[in-house]
Amino acid sequence: MSLSTNQFVTLQQDINAKFGDGVFKFSTSPVGDHVVDASVETVSALLRYLKEYAGYNFLMDVCGVDYPTREKRFDVVYHLFGSSDSRRLRVKVAIRDGEPVPTAITIWKSADWFEREAYDMFGIKFSGHPNLRKILTHHQFVGHPLRKDYEADQQQHCNSVMPIHFNNTPEQSGDQLNPKYVPLNIGPSHPAMHGTLRVMTELDGETIVRANCEIGYLHRCFEKMAETHPYNQVIPYTDRLNYCSAPMNNVGYCKAVERLLGVEIPARAQTMRVILCELSRVIDHIIAVGTGGVDLGALTAFFHLFTFREKVYSLFEKLCGARLTVSMTRIGGMAQDAPEGWFNDVLRFCDEMSDGIDEISKMLLGNKIFIKRTQGVCPVSAENAIQWGYTGPLLRASGINIDLRRAEPYYGYEKYDFDIPVGTAGDIYDRYLVRIEEMRQSIRIIRQACKNVPTGDYTIRDKNIVLPEKKDVYGNIEGLMNHFMLVIKGLRPPVGEVYDATEAANGELGFYLVSDGSASPYRLKVRPPCFAIYQSFPEVVQGAMLADAIATVASMNVIAGELDR
Amino acid sequence: MSEDKSLEEMSKSFALTTRLDAIAAWGQRNALWPLPYGTACCGIELMSVMGPKYDLARFGAEVVRFSPRQADLLLVAGTITEKMAPILVRIYQQMLEPKYVISMGACASSGGFYRAYHVLQGCDKVIPVDVYVPGCPPTPEAVLDGVMTLQKMIKDRTPRPWKDNWVSPFEINGNTVPNSLTSSRIGV
Repeated sequence: MSLSTNQFVTLQQDINAKFGDGVFKFSTSPVGDHVVDASVETVSALLRYLKEYAGYNFLMDVCGVDYPTREKRFDVVYHLFGSSDSRRLRVKVAIRDGEPVPTAITIWKSADWFEREAYDMFGIKFSGHPNLRKILTHHQFVGHPLRKDYEADQQQHCNSVMPIHFNNTPEQSGDQLNPKYVPLNIGPSHPAMHGTLRVMTELDGETIVRANCEIGYLHRCFEKMAETHPYNQVIPYTDRLNYCSAPMNNVGYCKAVERLLGVEIPARAQTMRVILCELSRVIDHIIAVGTGGVDLGALTAFFHLFTFREKVYSLFEKLCGARLTVSMTRIGGMAQDAPEGWFNDVLRFCDEMSDGIDEISKMLLGNKIFIKRTQGVCPVSAENAIQWGYTGPLLRASGINIDLRRAEPYYGYEKYDFDIPVGTAGDIYDRYLVRIEEMRQSIRIIRQACKNVPTGDYTIRDKNIVLPEKKDVYGNIEGLMNHFMLVIKGLRPPVGEVYDATEAANGELGFYLVSDGSASPYRLKVRPPCFAIYQSFPEVVQGAMLADAIATVASMNVIAGELDR
Repeated sequence: MSEDKSLEEMSKSFALTTRLDAIAAWGQRNALWPLPYGTACCGIELMSVMGPKYDLARFGAEVVRFSPRQADLLLVAGTITEKMAPILVRIYQQMLEPKYVISMGACASSGGFYRAYHVLQGCDKVIPVDVYVPGCPPTPEAVLDGVMTLQKMIKDRTPRPWKDNWVSPFEINGNTVPNSLTSSRIGV
């Protein structure tokens, strides 16, 4: 975290001068996260102050945590981010069951879906929220599944489909359709909706008067599963968040747990993770650009790019045996070392890929039809992008130069030479421009990393964290005992909390981890990048043509796995 | 009278119907039109199956149709949640006969490792499945094998009691639950 202790003290003094001494409780967690405890009455004013005067311009995440034994049962946790010096702050409010918290929508639009999710999962009410309805679970679902007293495998069946509905506005109720316009439902089983998205629109001719999205069709209960599994067994679940770039999620999760444990992984593991991350950034952008082209009617790019994706699959397969969901990281390092010659294979792939990127870039970005379909379509201004909590390529397409690999370097990203592409217009064309340029830059990073892979171990050797190697387990009694103890007792991080973010292919992938000292996470909240991005969809496409809305969904690269979790 | 009888005998020995069936089955199994119902990670692997390297087109399943009216093979690729189940059933019902279902991957077949509150524990809870392909996600080779298994089933005219005896789980007393998709009121 780049906010130094001195700066945090200054911030405390400023806040105390404004609100009075003792109104808020300030603390710094052992891992270095700055925390402010607020009350229901003061939180709204505090958030507004932090945004307007303290430089925290992003609201990254809002979530709940359930402590059934406490009198004030729930914590509402806000994670803020300031882009000027990448400062972070956690604001916590403890509330009783049923006690409403004022909504943060009036301060940041990005609070919208995050608050709805907290309502859906915990039953926390946000007063003043215009659309406080279920978001992830189906409309016949009774109860709040992330409460500790809800059993993880207690299913509730759904036998009907939610009718078309929109967001409430002061003038109009969302459930009331306007007879003047044509209601149109798209998805969730629709080729342009990438499997599970559902968009509902009201059309005047072909112009969108109102639009809304219904999500949750792939809500696989990741967070509840994480609470019921040991730390290392959560890793395969993280693969399936953003399945287009699975290794990045592994890395993001392991990095958060490692920070809570206070361990640093060896240099070789760091470099391997960087290579894995950048390879998966390339293949994620392949899907984004390829299917984006398909949605606009350009099939060739998809088939051409998929050849390269297959090549990366082969690399992954060589590394660990799996193609798509690799689960290659472990807490403390990697699962195993790279096979001989693997780094050279990656370098060879880089050469092929750079040619491929040039071809695709000519084929798509220079294509007249593609330009006409994307340039100037549904642009998002820089200001709006921040308001909505955009991160990653979409934020940079809007002209804001933030990349966590630069802003908060991890795993030695500061020593690699690469550029961060930034767009100007924030329209669909710029998003593809940024993505394609990012592929080039990723290739640059991979080349540098592969040429200088540090020697040494691929994992730490702490016997309370990492399982011993198989030859030790079968070969000597000490290894066998370590293995037995760790499997039975489990990996147990200290009691505490951590929020840790990495730059995933779609933007900031954050993990907020609460540990109670047991063998599985007490609470694990994922901050998925496309959740924040997709919530802006109804506003972004309002007034646009229907075909532009399809192009917008494609350019946002919404991955249902991380959207719905 | 005796003439009629010989005609009947002759038609019995002629065995025309079975041959027509065989021809139809030959045509069906080599021209499956899949509807890729890709919801999650398996959907990405399904792209590989359709993509340049594995190319399902070699098995006659060239034409991917997103309209259930034009497809005869439902490829359920990915987790089906409780929220998705009614839509999957609707899609299945909209497909024309003859129709087949392949369940691709652990989630679609059994819920996989999501023993969770919002995940349907296998799409065979709501629709009849002909072939299950294991894996999380299955390799493209496994999916090709699944398609070939289905082709063999069509060729052998394997009885499919799960399909013949299937009733929609959402039909109550023989009436389908009314289509509420475009109704302007939300049921509470």
